[in-house]
Amino acid sequence: MELRQISRDITDWFSGSGPMSDIVVSSRIRLARNLAGHRFPGSCSVEEKAEILDVLKSVLLSLDLGDEVFYLSLDKESELARSFLVERHLISRHHAMASGPRGAVITKNESFTAMLLEEDALRLQVLRSGCRLSECAAQIDKIDSMIEERVEYAFSPRFGYLTACPTNVGTGIRVSVMLHMPALKMTGQIEKCLAAAKDMNLAVRGLFGEGTEAASDLYQISNQVTLGVSEQAIVSEFENVIIPEITEYEKAARKQLLTKQAEALDDKIARAMALLQNAHLISSQEALFLLSHLRLGLNMHEHMGVSTPAIERLCALGAPGPDRHRLSIRTINRLFMLTLPAHLQLNYGQPLDATRRDALRARIIREALNPQ
Amino acid sequence: MQCQICNKRTATIHLTEINDGVRSEMHICETCAAEQGVTAQSQMSINELLSHLLASQPSDDEMFGPSEKDQVCPSCGFTLDRLRKEGSLGCPADYKVFEAALVPLIERAHNGKSTHCGKVPTKVPTDTKKFVELSTLRRQLEEAVKAEDYELAARLRDQMKQMQ
Ligand SMILES: [Zn+2]
Ligand SMILES: [Zn+2]
Repeated sequence: MELRQISRDITDWFSGSGPMSDIVVSSRIRLARNLAGHRFPGSCSVEEKAEILDVLKSVLLSLDLGDEVFYLSLDKESELARSFLVERHLISRHHAMASGPRGAVITKNESFTAMLLEEDALRLQVLRSGCRLSECAAQIDKIDSMIEERVEYAFSPRFGYLTACPTNVGTGIRVSVMLHMPALKMTGQIEKCLAAAKDMNLAVRGLFGEGTEAASDLYQISNQVTLGVSEQAIVSEFENVIIPEITEYEKAARKQLLTKQAEALDDKIARAMALLQNAHLISSQEALFLLSHLRLGLNMHEHMGVSTPAIERLCALGAPGPDRHRLSIRTINRLFMLTLPAHLQLNYGQPLDATRRDALRARIIREALNPQ
Repeated sequence: MQCQICNKRTATIHLTEINDGVRSEMHICETCAAEQGVTAQSQMSINELLSHLLASQPSDDEMFGPSEKDQVCPSCGFTLDRLRKEGSLGCPADYKVFEAALVPLIERAHNGKSTHCGKVPTKVPTDTKKFVELSTLRRQLEEAVKAEDYELAARLRDQMKQMQ
């Protein structure tokens, strides 16, 4: 499997489909596991790491994961390839940056990854588009049980699954959703909303941006408590309390934009279109910021039936002839992902300096939004 | 934004650090900063701050005596001092070796809880499974009593009796 085979399109979890996808971009569950009788990776010698890697790799590759699988030796991959995998959320930044023997087993549809020798010996991940946590939970539980038939996990009756960091001990589960919340930002309520999430013992992180304030308006919300609460209870709290409450905030903010700040909303969307259609140099941060406004406009049109002058023009983009598709969320997300720095360079075939990246990014976006 | 130490006051001091390309941030209030010896101008790193915090836990000498403090894990050579510096453990056995010192830290990280509830590997001895199931039931029972759902509480109590 060549990474360049998957690098030309967006990954399925970012396709903009699935339940509640106007706000919930994707659902992810991770499980942390270690092997009994072995040290945690951070304390292992290179030999012990290689030994653990061998065991886990052969177990993972022998499983029926419902799709074609590929294996990557991360210590042999280039830095660019590893950054690409991080941009696609297939491995963690920690895994990309670590040293020594380590690898990843990834299904071709990219919905499942096993990170081998991350902070823990094994980190399983299931990732899907939209709000589909129950599905993720069922799939990851099944895979975890299949692995457990072949290896002995480090487990204690009192503390549950034992992890390198005591903050993950117990179920070892990390449930996350990626939420698109541009209206809360525009109406100045995002800080309040994120603070409320933190009060619910949740970890909040801005994605694809620098610092906590995400230029992309994409936020990841995850559970912090992994001990003393069952996997099921955590997932159902997300589905029944956390996601409905937080998405309700964003929905209310979108309505507020429409009733009280319609002109400001149209201005943002129109400016985003104008810049993206005309710029010749565009940084990754600026592209994320502007594309977020287009995504908001399209989603308000599709899910709330909104039609303002700017949204009308936005929907008509890319649809001049009879056989051309209307501009879709998928197209916006595709531009978003394919113009991230590592994607851009991997698809170009060689490293590019920042200015050439900005030029290439602007050209790709211009061509997509100005059909010939 | 709330202070990450006391979780009460507003964070006004923001520490950012980039280590091996990984960016970490801490947001704390002035009161907690003063307690930890951080000033807005100081160059204290997040790692230093975390080790200060761990070190200021009353979990050291006062609570456990010097014996545990100097203990070394026989399987991996890990010491509590390293946990303080690195924030993670050396091997699964450390949870047993340093249990007394770990419990307060674990409770702080997990909303006061220190016993597993949830999935159990099918391979573990039946005793272990029973232990986890019993403690899960016990927790549900406590919650049922708190919620004054005595019908559910009675049912849970029966289930527990059957298991014992
Ligand atoms: Zn404080
Ligand atoms: Zn040890």
